[in-house]
Amino acid sequence: MSLETQISPKYAVQMRGILKSFGAKKVLSEFNIDIKKGTVHALLGENGAGKSTLMNILYGLHRADCGKIFLNGKATNIRSPADAIKNKIGMVHQHFMLIDKFTVLENVILGNETTNKFGILNIKKARDRILKVSRKHGLNIDLDAKVEDISVGMQQRVEILKALYRDADILIFDEPTAVLSPAEIEDFIRIIRKFILEDKTVIIVTHKLREIMNSADKCTIIRSGINVDTLDITEKTCQKDLAQGMICSFTGSNVKRDKFNPGNVVLRVKNLNTKNEKKVLALKNFSLEVRAGEILGVAGVDGNGQKELVDSITGLLKVESGTIEINGKQIQNTSPRNVLDNKVSIIHEDRSKVGLILDYTVAENSVITKYRSANFSKHGILKRKSIRSFAKNLIEKYNIKPNNCANIPARNLSGGNQQKLAIAREISNEPDLLIAVQPTRGLDIGAVEHVHNVLIEERSKGRAILLISLEIDEILQISDTVCVIYNGCNLGEFDRNAADGKKVTNKKKSDKRTLDEKETISKKESDKTTPDEKETINKKESDKRILDEKEIGFLMMGGRKNDYSRKIS
Amino acid sequence: MPSLLFILSATLMYSAPLVFAALGGVISERSGVINIGIEGMMVIGAFAATTTAHFTGNPWLGFVFGGLAGGILALLHAVACVFLKADQTISGVAMNLIGPGLSMFLCGVLFDGNSTTTPIKNKLPKILVGSDIDIASLMSLLLSVLIWFVFSSTKWGLRVRAVGENPAAADSLGISVSKIRVFSVILSGILAGFGGSAITLGIVTQFSSSCVAGQGFMALSALIFGKWKPFNTYLACLFFGFAQVLSITLNSGSESVLPPVILAILPYLLTISVLIFFVGKSVAPKANGVPYEKSML
Repeated sequence: MSLETQISPKYAVQMRGILKSFGAKKVLSEFNIDIKKGTVHALLGENGAGKSTLMNILYGLHRADCGKIFLNGKATNIRSPADAIKNKIGMVHQHFMLIDKFTVLENVILGNETTNKFGILNIKKARDRILKVSRKHGLNIDLDAKVEDISVGMQQRVEILKALYRDADILIFDEPTAVLSPAEIEDFIRIIRKFILEDKTVIIVTHKLREIMNSADKCTIIRSGINVDTLDITEKTCQKDLAQGMICSFTGSNVKRDKFNPGNVVLRVKNLNTKNEKKVLALKNFSLEVRAGEILGVAGVDGNGQKELVDSITGLLKVESGTIEINGKQIQNTSPRNVLDNKVSIIHEDRSKVGLILDYTVAENSVITKYRSANFSKHGILKRKSIRSFAKNLIEKYNIKPNNCANIPARNLSGGNQQKLAIAREISNEPDLLIAVQPTRGLDIGAVEHVHNVLIEERSKGRAILLISLEIDEILQISDTVCVIYNGCNLGEFDRNAADGKKVTNKKKSDKRTLDEKETISKKESDKTTPDEKETINKKESDKRILDEKEIGFLMMGGRKNDYSRKIS
Repeated sequence: MPSLLFILSATLMYSAPLVFAALGGVISERSGVINIGIEGMMVIGAFAATTTAHFTGNPWLGFVFGGLAGGILALLHAVACVFLKADQTISGVAMNLIGPGLSMFLCGVLFDGNSTTTPIKNKLPKILVGSDIDIASLMSLLLSVLIWFVFSSTKWGLRVRAVGENPAAADSLGISVSKIRVFSVILSGILAGFGGSAITLGIVTQFSSSCVAGQGFMALSALIFGKWKPFNTYLACLFFGFAQVLSITLNSGSESVLPPVILAILPYLLTISVLIFFVGKSVAPKANGVPYEKSML
């Protein structure tokens, strides 16, 4: 892009020809970037675009395969975080690098302790210095509080303080606002704008547009490891332009489908309440129904209760209250085996950990949910021959490559073929309910289309399909009905067949990102949900709120219904 | 009935080896490396100590060599766990096999095929002439205070704790996780070696295959009982030492209340019950037992 730009001390950071691959995957290719001193520079890109990797290289956590880094016009070798710190680079990671059991003060001084000549800590001197730094930048923190006891916003301040304590001139923030409340975001923006006045340079890695509009001077858009463009952020810069640069045009799969002809309700989840690992309510009076011959897509941002929903249905998670029925039979809080016996099959999100046993052969994996049937074992002894011929059948039918793979470990298949195997196995169970969680994650476009076609085919056979995906495009493409999960609640349903199968507009894609920010707002609010409110939510659900298509993306990100109408008017 | 003073000094004497070993365990585990090889390191330390003391006639030299021997064995453990990212439990078990195996072999070589060393002439001295308190007891107490101080108020202690809680965070601040862990494990081996030496130079006078007899494992339970804190661990060791004294004194009296077998297993019984009732409430360092690898993305 800006290869013409000369190496000059005007720039705090200049990176040239940065190349980085992890294994066979190329994350950054010939990446060039110039970051001017005394600016807030945003790196914008989708998940996996390579922005975090780029910053990890700058901070010395990763080594680039090749390429050069210039700091203030000088070529600099950054081999480790220690080198980066020496060169006055500080980084605040997305997942804070703090030690929970330490006090704020201990966290700040760690690695850069002031001691006497015997290595005994001089806490007083350190405290004075930290206080000086924190006062100067308006970062009020109780230095003696333990990190595990303070809020996330405070923890972020500790991270900032850590960098400032080390005299950082270049501060890198990786997704700094992902965990902050709106008020905290404002504070954060105020703090970083202040750094600019001291001629410090701030680099923000993010995929949220509003933050960039509010805080950044310049923005570099990264797409699949390539610097697409660097823009000045002015009043005129349009969020839509940024969004369009960020997302490759999605060639929608051409999925043909039969007419929607739903049958009986196969899965009925009613008023489900489930706690997550942290013992916090993750599903709140959640209800949904999936009928035979229907694909119900659950849209939502990661971590809004999708995992708990799947785990409750499959019997992996204890349900606090509420019912889950399969064909009218309650299955909640029974065993996963009982769930399987009730003709439920699941395509797991993580095929390498849960879906398959990678060290087993393809044949073994193909019968892993049904090895007990008389076809595959007798008196506890596996019938190897029939297992193998069954596997060969699947391999042929679902075109799993290489096609003589029955006896090789599943690990040796490519990701796409592993997924085909997992899907083939589940479909061969001839389930009444098929749960597909992120079924196309990490697959290339051809494989994605194949998976979509398979799901549609199963729908035509009259199976009920529950599709859970973080890709809203995927959900809109193949679902008959879409519901939005947000903060453990079902916010309502969108009937695709009522509307006509319009193509996803670009608008929605940008919405998908901008609205991200609102997530935090409503999260805060819904935390305060009183029992009364819960009841109303519940009531709304029994009314089955009907959403219009454009609302989906909005609600997913935590926008509230009333806001929406205001926004489009 | 033995006097209270006797019980006190005997408790201090019997707990000293446990304290050394358990403090070693504290250091290693606070840095994030589980060291169940402490038993093996104690055994080889006990052997090296008696052998050195026997040939030089100097128990202090024996004590030092005991520590060194434990440290060398720990170096193996450190390399396996930190650099080769081996399973720490399995490596520890290997240490527990190597320690006694090597000691017995060398014992046979050096002492005409005997399975015990020749008894040493000079034991470690008592604190004051005439008193009954072992110098090792005093040293173990001072050591626990020292380690508490190092953990709470020195740069090195802060870094060890950081590495054991969140190695990624330490790494991001330019602290070498491997260096700290290797150093801690070696130190833990040296202390375990001191523990073994304290047995053969302070309590008994010769090395035999059964002189350590599971005290390394008792030290491990003491450190869990002591919640990985140096001084709490010291107290836990006193408790286990007291149990040993109890089993010995009650057993020696003519008016033995309990069958001797029960008394002999008393320390172990107490260890198990303490672990059952207290282990749930004790929180290990977060990254304990987890090899540190830089994340790929």
